[in-house]
Amino acid sequence: MAEQPMVKIQGLNSFYGKGHERKQVLRNVSLTLSPGEVLGIVGESGSGKSTLAKCILGVVKEVEGALEVNAFRPQMVFQDPYGSLNPAKSVGWFLEEPLRVLGIKDKKERRQQAVDMLRQVGLGEEHYARRPSQLSGGQRQRVAIAAALIGGSRLIVLDEPVSALDVTMQAQILQLLVDLKAKFHLSYLFISHDLAVVYQICDRVAVMYQGEIVEQGDVDTIYDHPQHDYTKKLLQASLALEE
Amino acid sequence: MMLQVEHLKITFPHATGHFEAVKDFSLTVEEGQVIGIVGESGSGKSMTAHAIMGLLERKHIQVSGSIRFQGVELLELTRSQLRAYQGKELSIIFQEPMTSLNPTMKIGVQVEEALRIHTKMNAKERKARALEAMALAGLPNGEALYHQYPHQLSGGMRQRVMIAAALVLRPRLLIADEPTTALDVTIQAQILDTLKEIKRKEGIAILFISHDLGVIRALCHHVVVMQQGEIVEAGPIEQVFHHPQQEYTQRLIASRPTRTKLKAGGSHG
Repeated sequence: MAEQPMVKIQGLNSFYGKGHERKQVLRNVSLTLSPGEVLGIVGESGSGKSTLAKCILGVVKEVEGALEVNAFRPQMVFQDPYGSLNPAKSVGWFLEEPLRVLGIKDKKERRQQAVDMLRQVGLGEEHYARRPSQLSGGQRQRVAIAAALIGGSRLIVLDEPVSALDVTMQAQILQLLVDLKAKFHLSYLFISHDLAVVYQICDRVAVMYQGEIVEQGDVDTIYDHPQHDYTKKLLQASLALEE
Repeated sequence: MMLQVEHLKITFPHATGHFEAVKDFSLTVEEGQVIGIVGESGSGKSMTAHAIMGLLERKHIQVSGSIRFQGVELLELTRSQLRAYQGKELSIIFQEPMTSLNPTMKIGVQVEEALRIHTKMNAKERKARALEAMALAGLPNGEALYHQYPHQLSGGMRQRVMIAAALVLRPRLLIADEPTTALDVTIQAQILDTLKEIKRKEGIAILFISHDLGVIRALCHHVVVMQQGEIVEAGPIEQVFHHPQQEYTQRLIASRPTRTKLKAGGSHG
């Protein structure tokens, strides 16, 4: 049996608003994500990349076209871990929430799973009782990743997960994502505006511009032979800061 | 020289005594110079910038050493004396323009704020100067934006509005605290070009703070590398970028993404 794709999208259109205000945000988007694959979605603010992510997660329901997601509870990790962690709750509470939803009633077991997951993301038991304000930005992002994984999800949508971090922290989080992917056989949809970051972690990349995928393919091919003007511009902006 | 910082030390009260955010920082900025300060979160770079701007709360935070601007010791000024410099001779722009712009006030009013505080210009003169500053900041359609609100603008345009507001009184020194970090790479490149253009036209000195040496390199002549409140390395940007002396600087450069694939277990192997 051939492996079923994690995500299969064909001719997806999505709209915001109604009547005259109705605006098309996704135009005829088609893509496939295989198990164990990392697909990068690049594009500038407003290109529709986050809307695409929300469609895959089932948050945006106003869609036309075929959308097939064969993953149990796909999860999302956001850019800003300040915004996604409740400041009033401890790390432990946050990690155990998905377990409570899954019906694990035994407190001890939940705690054990939470601590195990903290170790997987490079933190430890000492972080269990901490609040988000007592963590660094990188540590907060590790907690967000742990929370995405703890419920057993194998499909993770990462929306600019390292954009708010220092370069040194970025490198550490990217390495962690690569390690976790190998360990748990994860698939990532990696949304970013930074082609240099995308290169490091993605197998394939789709370039979005004004709601459309203007080109997609193997990362090396796109980087070496960009076809669309927007991709060329993006590569220039990215590489102008290099070397 | 325009700005001379000597032995700057910034201390916070902390549960376990005192925390020295900046230990011993000295820096000279000449007219028209563009200097970068690079370091990780917590290295003290923003704290230093805020101290120069006089934005640290004096009640709890101790600032010692010397900050001389155009020959005047800023640390000895009262708050009202300091206000004569803030936004006029010295200006600052921050990382996140959405939090530094007031969401309930029109763009024009916000760009003109410093003019209302520091000058006796009438409304017409203020508007004319605001539109000039907006054009300089890369917003040629200032007239159209004048009556809009921050949420109607993109992130890049909001940062340009902040730059216009910071430049409206033609300051001699602009402190830019991670002004492009929250922006897309293409917009980031455009904003850096605009800052270069402003430097060329106005001869303004810029103190540019970033965690990214690549961004600093696109704009600055000199760079100061900070780690845990201290300067660990300083020099002309090309020299520091190509021949970093300190391990920390080497690490900052090596962390920049390059065209290599990460492999599982790579951090340990």
